[in-house]
Amino acid sequence: MSTIAARGDAPLPEADLVAGLRRGDPLCTSTFVRTYGGPMLSVARRMLRHDEDARDCVQEAMIQALRQIDGFEGRAALRTWLHRIVVNRALMRLRARASRAEDSLDQLMPQFDHTGHLIGPTEMPEVSIEDLIEQNDVRRMVRAAIDRLPDGMRTIILLRDVEGYDTEEVAGMLGISTGAAKVRLHRARNALRKLLEPVLLGRAP
Amino acid sequence: MSTPPQITCREFQDFLLDYCEGQLGDEPRAVFEHHLARCPMCRVHFETYLKAIELGRRVLAEDDPDAPADLPEELVEAVLAARAVGGGEPP
Repeated sequence: MSTIAARGDAPLPEADLVAGLRRGDPLCTSTFVRTYGGPMLSVARRMLRHDEDARDCVQEAMIQALRQIDGFEGRAALRTWLHRIVVNRALMRLRARASRAEDSLDQLMPQFDHTGHLIGPTEMPEVSIEDLIEQNDVRRMVRAAIDRLPDGMRTIILLRDVEGYDTEEVAGMLGISTGAAKVRLHRARNALRKLLEPVLLGRAP
Repeated sequence: MSTPPQITCREFQDFLLDYCEGQLGDEPRAVFEHHLARCPMCRVHFETYLKAIELGRRVLAEDDPDAPADLPEELVEAVLAARAVGGGEPP
């Protein structure tokens, strides 16, 4: 059984923590907020890219979770349940934002000649992901590339490739069909690929 | 065994996501892999596509090095205060 480390106390089994939250126990509430708040803030920051927005999002998500704790059925870990709540809260905030049109990224999509052949390089250097990821400059370029994506593209990459939801779950969270989610995910990955091409082909400045 | 039907690079793109997600049946997968083996441009595209996904995933999964690991204390207090008064209904 999963346990929660209450500060200065013996680890608390998750079921006991949930029971305490349902009773409104102040110590359990404090332990809950301090234990899960940090990871939830990381998720909100990744999605919203705005510190104040992320804090507000986590505050809303925490309050929602505490109000709905009776509905937590324990089929998934508490951390998984909370992750979904904070992701949905962040999505609500993203929907309220004006987003750059994704059409403006057409130049990042694969280009073809009149016969349908891809226009692009035919060779690439042997560079491992491990070698790339160790370079601070590369990590900065990857973050910058993702930041250049419109919210809709960045969000679907985050949900699918980072937060680990499958494509059908992502479609449900975004309120779109699975087919539309696949199209958006593929465009987002292609855009990211194009933005990172100089890094991946060893041509970064 | 017969040679799989030929596809264009544009058609190859239509298969790419489903191939990566393991959702192509045997026949379209063979068609995809046949093109992949013979088209150097699509091979570079495919390898950079996979590496871009992996780089994005790995870099984003790292916590922001400038971000605090714990929830700021004022935010903890705000949640606890909202809970204590039973208010703070999120919109």
